Amino acid sequence: MENSTQTEPKANKIIPKGEPVIIIEHLYKSFGKNVVLKDFNLTVKAEENVVVLGKSGAGKSVLIKCIIGLLKPDKGKILVFGNNIPELSADELDKVRTKIGFLFQANALYDSMTVRENLEFPLRRHWIGLKQKEIDKMVLEALDNVGLKNTVDMLPVELSGGMLKRIALARTLILKPEIILYDEPTTGLDPVTAREIDNLILKLQKKYHTSSIVISHDMNCVKSIADRVVLLLDGVCYTEGTYDELAQSKDEKINQFFES
Amino acid sequence: MALIEDIRDFLDETGSITKFTGNFFTNGLKPRFEVKELLAQCYSIGYKSLPLIGLTNFIMGLVLTMQLRPSLLKYGVESQLPVMVGIAIVREIGPVIAALIFAGKIASSIGAELGSMKVTEQIDAMEVSGTNPYKYLVATRVLATTLMLPILTILGDAISLIGAYIGVNINSVTSLNLFFAQVFQSLTFSDLLPAIIKTFFFGFAVGMVGCYKGFNSIKGTRGVGISANSAVVLSSVIIFFIDLLAVQFTNVFGLN
Repeated sequence: MENSTQTEPKANKIIPKGEPVIIIEHLYKSFGKNVVLKDFNLTVKAEENVVVLGKSGAGKSVLIKCIIGLLKPDKGKILVFGNNIPELSADELDKVRTKIGFLFQANALYDSMTVRENLEFPLRRHWIGLKQKEIDKMVLEALDNVGLKNTVDMLPVELSGGMLKRIALARTLILKPEIILYDEPTTGLDPVTAREIDNLILKLQKKYHTSSIVISHDMNCVKSIADRVVLLLDGVCYTEGTYDELAQSKDEKINQFFES
Repeated sequence: MALIEDIRDFLDETGSITKFTGNFFTNGLKPRFEVKELLAQCYSIGYKSLPLIGLTNFIMGLVLTMQLRPSLLKYGVESQLPVMVGIAIVREIGPVIAALIFAGKIASSIGAELGSMKVTEQIDAMEVSGTNPYKYLVATRVLATTLMLPILTILGDAISLIGAYIGVNINSVTSLNLFFAQVFQSLTFSDLLPAIIKTFFFGFAVGMVGCYKGFNSIKGTRGVGISANSAVVLSSVIIFFIDLLAVQFTNVFGLN
């Protein structure tokens, strides 16, 4: 980790649009006898939003946790900017993680810290030389991005579900990641707030030119966010295409997701 | 079958705790050190435990003196009360009572705190943001408990002796100077040193068990309660085992 720290934030290196940033090849992951992913393949290109669709327990969250290195796959390659995640040392993994943001389903904000401290935490870990003035500026910019500048000194427990999601998004974006992994970003939110979060994700993606993998069951979210939809069924990438292509499919297994 | 399963679970858990503890030495003590978090933990674990440990040790000193008096009176050695109480407090009662109170307060709070962080994915969030959660959460807390318990024990012993002085003065009149002169004349380094050294191990066990239980918390919020509870139970049992070993060691090295 100590090697991954920098003295100042580096400018976002723009990878040419269309170049692959994540390549997953022949990925296998099981928990005991339960095989969750078997020979899963996926490529995500720069500035592309890929939505992974699948039933509950299909292994969608497992997939993105393997990408960020929280889970170790049994077999297969996960290349992120050319680095094979399962083979990286802890220090190397931390370096790659500075380029990846992860929005947790339950937000995972540190509940004993204020919003400011939550946002400062990753900054202080990675950019040790930053002065307080610069940190304050970055925190306020991140909060401004999500429209919640006024919550800076509040505790997570004082905020609503939608606000928590926005703050979690601000924390995810504060290190200016090039890839963002969203784990069901609109689950548990009312439809209006869910649409606001969708729009925010799109707005911030355009602003920071990020690539993303979004795990979602929310078809409105899928429709508004996805450049490409990947259907994860029985541990494999069953099909992929644009939202409209999949929505018009005659395949029953695909249809069941679009009928509702 | 159930017995075999229980034995297997016990061995699994033992292996798992050993691995977790080993990680403290191989990973937790490497730079970069989380000094700010360590100091924050020393404050909340050490300073904030002092009133409770002080109060319990004070009462223990007072009660012990009152309980010992009739027996000593029976044999006509009432004048040896400060000596008896002093040795009992410094060698055994002070460290063990402080450690048990410490386990009840700290192991449960660490277990519950880390357990709830685990079930709400806050530990994963820490890892994702490039922070080694073992170093940030575990190493700092274990170091804080290891360093703070000996200090709390020394302070607790002193408060306990004040309780004992008050206990002595309930039925007779003894000056403070005479009481402490009698206590310290009877004490040697071989009484004090092993008693303090074992508290480092008590503190280490309390921190490690609390962190282990919290870090391995499962089954949601119910699991947090189980973690907190089992952290107290296990660390209390370990404290008695360490105490038993410490007595054996002091006997072997002739420090008794």
